[in-house]
Amino acid sequence: MTVGGSDLPVVNPATVAKAPAGGSHKGAPRGGRVRRLTGNDRIVVFAMVIVPLFLTMVFVVLPAIASVVLSFASWDGIGGVSNIKWIGFENYKNIATNYPPFWPAIRHNVLWLVVLFFIATPLGMFFAVILDKNIRFSRFYQTPIYLPVVLSLALIGFIWQLQYSRDFGLINAILQFLGLQEPDEAIDWFGDPNIAIWAALAASAWRHAGYIMLLYLAGLKGVDPSLREAASVDGANEVKTFFSIVFPVLRPINIIVVVITVIESLRAFDLVWIINKGRNGLELISALVTSNVTGEASRIGFGSALATIMLAISLIFITIYLATIFKEEEQ
Amino acid sequence: MTTTASTAPARTSAPVRQNKKKTPVSRYFTHAFLAVIAFVWAFPVLWAVVNAFRDYQYTSVNGYVSWGGFTLKNFTDAWEQANFSQHFMNSVIITVPAVILTLFLASGVAFVISRFSWRFNIVMLGLFTAANLLPQQSLLIPLYRMAIAVPLPEWMSDSELLYDSYWMLILVNVAFQTGFCAFVLSNYMKTLPRELYEAAMVDGASIWRQYWQLTLPLCRPPLAALATLEVTWIYNEFFWATVLMRTGDKFPVTSALNALKGQFFTDLNLLAAGSIIVAIPTLVIFFALQKQFVAGLTLGANKG
Repeated sequence: MTVGGSDLPVVNPATVAKAPAGGSHKGAPRGGRVRRLTGNDRIVVFAMVIVPLFLTMVFVVLPAIASVVLSFASWDGIGGVSNIKWIGFENYKNIATNYPPFWPAIRHNVLWLVVLFFIATPLGMFFAVILDKNIRFSRFYQTPIYLPVVLSLALIGFIWQLQYSRDFGLINAILQFLGLQEPDEAIDWFGDPNIAIWAALAASAWRHAGYIMLLYLAGLKGVDPSLREAASVDGANEVKTFFSIVFPVLRPINIIVVVITVIESLRAFDLVWIINKGRNGLELISALVTSNVTGEASRIGFGSALATIMLAISLIFITIYLATIFKEEEQ
Repeated sequence: MTTTASTAPARTSAPVRQNKKKTPVSRYFTHAFLAVIAFVWAFPVLWAVVNAFRDYQYTSVNGYVSWGGFTLKNFTDAWEQANFSQHFMNSVIITVPAVILTLFLASGVAFVISRFSWRFNIVMLGLFTAANLLPQQSLLIPLYRMAIAVPLPEWMSDSELLYDSYWMLILVNVAFQTGFCAFVLSNYMKTLPRELYEAAMVDGASIWRQYWQLTLPLCRPPLAALATLEVTWIYNEFFWATVLMRTGDKFPVTSALNALKGQFFTDLNLLAAGSIIVAIPTLVIFFALQKQFVAGLTLGANKG
């Protein structure tokens, strides 16, 4: 959320935006009120809006624009801005043709999305559906499933090292105990470039499923029970009822879940950075950007081009998301 | 399902139960399935807890799949070796002001959005949502350069820069979290009865008083939920502290993990104890304020 944390906080603008638009709401009187405010009140209102807006501008909007601009530059960050050379699309060309970690990073990000979207998300949804059925001890069962949501992904990297460690990890110990692995063939789950991404994905999916479960549990509580009753009176089985009746009603949650999953996969970072700074089979675009800026040789323009690619991909999804929301609101 | 009738909330009304003639077998199956899943999900954390209490000598002789050798030594060792008292202090220095400032700014802008509907609001909405969703790494380079370029007086930061100072981390966290909180809060504020404000205006209450003395006290539930959530998130924040800090002693707990890796990865018992120490604040929040935490997470996703 966060944007600050490793979590992704998402609001549903549909519900937010509707309130002032709908005349029936008990909100304040609309339109033109502000003009009737006097001296001090005006200053207070202005300050309340301008401070957060200023922070968003300085820390989000302008840096985003600057990333795009700098992506056309060659600059090692030493010396003033006058040392910047403008080189057009050279950085992008280099990234695509002359930067070995780039395509693996793209593949890993896509894989991250695929695993979270097709495995972790349905799993979380499935857990929510089962837990929503007034089962006894439901709370007892759901607590461990969303427990990982409060842990940072950096810490999750630590905790899973206890499972994955080559010499002391539990997984290898079990495999050896079952005679499936010789001690000298022990696998370094986070260290083997062919396996590391899957090991990281398992840890990531572990957390994501809990998060998704939580969102759907909340969503399912809001579903009008009479809908389901009507369906079951009609003799529809549970699976059919869910997909034809309940799932479409959950549309606002579904949209949020898609957005969370896409954006989380795009900006996955903490876990791979804590494991090995995103090298050796764990390349991700986010880690490449960071290495190019904070490493010994800081290549500002090159790193910015990578950042701009991230920005572009995320903006595509954000635009689709906002367009969907605003269109729905108009209807 | 019929046996759970006494505990079932009212929404499962009679027709559903009559129609679903669940056999005990399938009910037991569901419970068995959930028990297995819950155990599997809890296991990595439980494993860390158990091994954090076990002696390194004992486990290196007997292996980790064994029982015994319990000790508290790992916790004291990890605490001292990792300099956790310092790092926890740093986390407090960053998290507390950031959460307070975020909620203060967000409630202000939410108040304006909920009281006055301008066309401008929809622009703010789009801007905040987009800002909320952008990957942090795509903004890293300009923010990093900015932090390096902006000087601070020495009494504010011993680096004399915005870089490697708590100020930068507090500001970055506030900037990224305010949008989310603002919309959760404005959503809630819109449900407050408008008569309240009309009465206040008749009494001649200023905008500030309407905000501070009328609206904020009524917003205690969402503020509590958001505070819980934001404390967890900012405490867990890893990326910005990793890239915007340099001095090892100044790292907050979560980002300090990176430096501790080398020390801890050779001794898994120490690693487990260190992990538990780092997890304790969030686990306390999780168990003590579970309701607020869940409410905060789902407030944004649900109709307020």
